[in-house]
Amino acid sequence: MKNKKKLKSSRLFLYAVLIFLMVLMLIPFIWMLSASLKLDKDVFIFPIEWIPGKPRWKNYIDIWTKIPLAAFIRNTSKLTVIVTVLQLLTSSFAAYAFAKLNFRHRNTLFLAYVATIAVPWQVYMVPQFMMMRSFGLNDTHTAIICLQAFSAFGVFMMRQFYRNIPDELCEAARIDGMSEYKIYAGIMLPLSKPALSSLLIFTFVSTWNDFLGPMIYLKSEEKKTLQIGLRMFISQYSSEYGLIMAASVISLIPVLIIFILLQKYFVEGIASTGIKG
Amino acid sequence: MDKKISEEKQNNLMGKNASKLAVLEKQLDELFSRLEVVKNQKGKEKVLINIAKTRNKMKHMKYGGVFSKEAKRNLVAYSFIAPNFIGFTVFTLGPVLFAFVLAFLKWDGNNPMEFAGLDNFVKLTTDTRFLDAFVNTIIFSAATVPLTLLCALGLAITLNQKVKFRNLFRTASFFPYVASLVAVAAVWNMLFSPANGPVNMLLAKIGVAAQNLPKWAADKEFAMLTVILFSVWKSLGYYMVIYLAGLQGISRELYEAASLDGANGRQKFKSVTWPMLQPTTFFVVVILTINCFKVYDQIYMITQGGPGTSTLVLVYHIYETAFKTWDLGYASAISVVLFLLVLIVTLVQFKGEKKYVNM
Repeated sequence: MKNKKKLKSSRLFLYAVLIFLMVLMLIPFIWMLSASLKLDKDVFIFPIEWIPGKPRWKNYIDIWTKIPLAAFIRNTSKLTVIVTVLQLLTSSFAAYAFAKLNFRHRNTLFLAYVATIAVPWQVYMVPQFMMMRSFGLNDTHTAIICLQAFSAFGVFMMRQFYRNIPDELCEAARIDGMSEYKIYAGIMLPLSKPALSSLLIFTFVSTWNDFLGPMIYLKSEEKKTLQIGLRMFISQYSSEYGLIMAASVISLIPVLIIFILLQKYFVEGIASTGIKG
Repeated sequence: MDKKISEEKQNNLMGKNASKLAVLEKQLDELFSRLEVVKNQKGKEKVLINIAKTRNKMKHMKYGGVFSKEAKRNLVAYSFIAPNFIGFTVFTLGPVLFAFVLAFLKWDGNNPMEFAGLDNFVKLTTDTRFLDAFVNTIIFSAATVPLTLLCALGLAITLNQKVKFRNLFRTASFFPYVASLVAVAAVWNMLFSPANGPVNMLLAKIGVAAQNLPKWAADKEFAMLTVILFSVWKSLGYYMVIYLAGLQGISRELYEAASLDGANGRQKFKSVTWPMLQPTTFFVVVILTINCFKVYDQIYMITQGGPGTSTLVLVYHIYETAFKTWDLGYASAISVVLFLLVLIVTLVQFKGEKKYVNM
């Protein structure tokens, strides 16, 4: 009897802790949402009015004309889709060879990949920029694509996954006379859906949210991405709180959707590779 | 094994055809010398075609086919790698190598490069901004790593219990990690606004005197703390997921055995959870430290390195030196320091991995 009571109170305590933690984690988002529906002068009223009495939906309409938000979103979407597709295709392709084929210089080549994973991008962003500039790629979307699409991380991650697929599967297919390309497309790709999904979310989220890359490369306003466009808006109109928050909410929506749809793979991906930070 | 056999095969083939090959080689030399003599375009083309043919023949002899099986296999493999490898070599590997060369040069991006020897590195020792940035990076990491680790572990243990809506809780605590930094930093700046932000309002309400209210990002003493708190909150969910995976790897029997011995919750944590999580903790510390060394975005959005140099970090200094003052060689020298910091952590990781594999 006493034990049961004790158990119950400890459960209660657990839930209390959990709810407290969740509130801490989510309060900025709730506040963001609430502020995005307020007049600028009402944003900082204390005590906080969590649900605005008269929600100001107009913020969500005005923001589209105040800054070229649609163009920013278009740019970011374009970059994100191209980078993600290129990344998935080229790295799963290369990873297949590194995991399942025997060829000259395999280990040397793979070492080049592994060694650069250990070098943070921030270390070589300057020479990379100078090189892109000499190619005439300064202020182009191509630069951002080239920068993001061929990461060593993708190859590394896919290779780890392919290595766990038994070699016998490929051997059997080879004996059946299947070409390597067919084995890749017909056997490996379908099997690697979980790894591909993890890589997809990693790439999607990091390209969508990338800040420093676009900030270094993209100078003209019509080419800017959502992140730097948003940042520009925030520093220009720092007191338009309601609009800033509305724009922020909008910028979070695509990631939220992708995240909720594929979160299972996201968690698995981190748990199994845990590399991308 | 495979390689040896094919090498032997090659040697055999070469032995048999050695005399023929020698003849062909002579022919090839002759063709080359003729190429220099022949002046008209048409004649030159003819000789070139002959050269190509002879070379092909030699290849044929050497490898026992237009392409041997091995060469074919290599070609197929290279065709798989090529799309990624070409991009990777040009846009990543090249710049990485160039970064280390650039550190020994003087270059402003427009005028020709000059060799500077160790000048850039000597300059580092007297550059107070660099020294501040270096110290700040270390301070930031030294505070953020343990704080994030503790919070992530705590959250993971809580979320590993059987509770209702567990997945919802997990998703919620992970969301800050994937949320756009610009957006959440904007909220953070408003929440911690010194004049009328909700955080200070709350502090005032619980009795902190108005003149004692921290100015957060605008205050030399508090700016670093503001950035640290933000970073912990932002990345916590990621490390929590790694810890969750680690927790799920601990066998239930260990806990049952501990229960039989009459261990309470805290004892179980001390004698089962914590020791069993050591490899995970090690991994988290490594990744976390490297990520802290690379910090930039948060700083840019919350304090912009200020006030003064109180939150200036290495990457911020690299960015300024490169893209504001265009001292590219010097910026690369700072990058090399950043790289060495990361390298130390990576080497520790290699050592540790060996230890935990043997465990």
